[in-house]
Amino acid sequence: MKVERVSYDVMTPSAARGILEAIHWKPAIRWVIDAIHVLKPIRFQSIRRNEVGGKVPATKAKTAMRRGSLEGLHLLVEENRQQRAATVLVDVSYVIEAHFEIVRERAGSDDNEGKHLDIFNRRAGRGQCFHQPCLGTREFDASFSLLPPDAPLPQAEEESAELGFGHPRDLGFMLWDIDHQAEDRPSLFFRARLVDGVMRVPAPGSAEILR
Amino acid sequence: MAAIQNRYDFVYLFDIINGNPNGDPDSGNMPRQDLDTQKGLVTDVSLKRKIRNYVQLAKGGGPPYAIYMQEKAILNLQHQRAYDALGIKPETKKLPKDEAEAREITRWMCTNFYDVRTFGAVMTTEVNAGQVRGPVQLGFAQSIDPVIPQEITITRSSVTNEKDVEKERTMGRKYIIPYGLYRCHGFVSASLAGDETKGTGFSEEDLNLLFEALTNMFEHDRSAARMEMNAQRLIVFKHDNRMGNASAQDLFKRVAVQRKENASLPRSFSDYIITINQENLPKGVVVIEKL
Repeated sequence: MKVERVSYDVMTPSAARGILEAIHWKPAIRWVIDAIHVLKPIRFQSIRRNEVGGKVPATKAKTAMRRGSLEGLHLLVEENRQQRAATVLVDVSYVIEAHFEIVRERAGSDDNEGKHLDIFNRRAGRGQCFHQPCLGTREFDASFSLLPPDAPLPQAEEESAELGFGHPRDLGFMLWDIDHQAEDRPSLFFRARLVDGVMRVPAPGSAEILR
Repeated sequence: MAAIQNRYDFVYLFDIINGNPNGDPDSGNMPRQDLDTQKGLVTDVSLKRKIRNYVQLAKGGGPPYAIYMQEKAILNLQHQRAYDALGIKPETKKLPKDEAEAREITRWMCTNFYDVRTFGAVMTTEVNAGQVRGPVQLGFAQSIDPVIPQEITITRSSVTNEKDVEKERTMGRKYIIPYGLYRCHGFVSASLAGDETKGTGFSEEDLNLLFEALTNMFEHDRSAARMEMNAQRLIVFKHDNRMGNASAQDLFKRVAVQRKENASLPRSFSDYIITINQENLPKGVVVIEKL
């Protein structure tokens, strides 16, 4: 479902990680998503847009660079049109439960959990971010706020079967994340379930994660 | 040119009179609408196209303001593509490190092309290092009130094909929205402009050009379909901190757009009241009204 994009029913752990990293990230830490709470009914809408089919050919850029001129280096959008529909979620609201781990091999002597936790909490609490986080793609900006430790968890708007209230709802296989360490960056999947509005995410290295 | 040092969030208001701001290819080019609320939509990419076109027009399309994603409609091929004084002479090293080389290409593209520097671009290399995330992020623009598209049938007193000569006339259709005021939110990340490895070098001059484009781009985008589109307000929140001093959503709430009591059917910008709540602004945030 890449050419005509269709959204998953719920934000993927990998997208949630992206949101946290937009607020604070350093090579010394690795965010781990524990759970995603779904607060609103799952609704879809379709949007069709004109998009560009091509990418910037790096080789072309390289030759232009050598020549030192921009002659002929552009992309004519009319010759490269693709109309693509996207089936997107509307009106979403989530709570992300996560923690981070220190990546020993990339951590300096001053990288400790307390420091990074403070930075994240300070930024998220003030609405600061490295760049505005987004919900999947950049045109859908994400508003975020920090849930203080003593605040009650927001409850789902309605306790519907669709959100797995009363009976767990199977969401099928969902992208867990992309393994950036491995050769050719394979995608990893897990079997997603909504139980009482909450999607638990398996920990890295658990047997539930499938290649 | 030094990269920007501040985070910015902005609210952009524009309106349309008797035209179609952004057609939906899924429904026969009708103006886009959110089907649940009947509010009109204009996609982010539609606005970005207009920004690119404006910059190309205003700057003549030469470096450092060249536009990579070009529309043929403005093929002003003056080719004054002189050697960029800041041009990097890549050394063909014996053993170029893929990643370093990719980064060099990326940097060169950013230096020369305004749209790559502003919105980013995806560049294909064997090493996946040629992705540029631009500092400027735009959301969808949405109309304040529901819009009611009207289908207008028009006639043409000539025909295209010889075989239709008997007909004498052909009919066509177009959609218009009598009036719609649209609101769009935008974000400018100082980190993505000035970061050592990820930064695109988006500068103060670039930022001013972006605001200039938003202010003037509709003036150079007239067409039969779009008729009168006008930029009405551009309200910028400038943070003194690179990471920002407040959350964007809280700042956006300070800009209220209200329909006047007696205007049940809004037909002009004067049917709306725009208020900017400047009380107790978060420390380090200033409001700049660019328009």
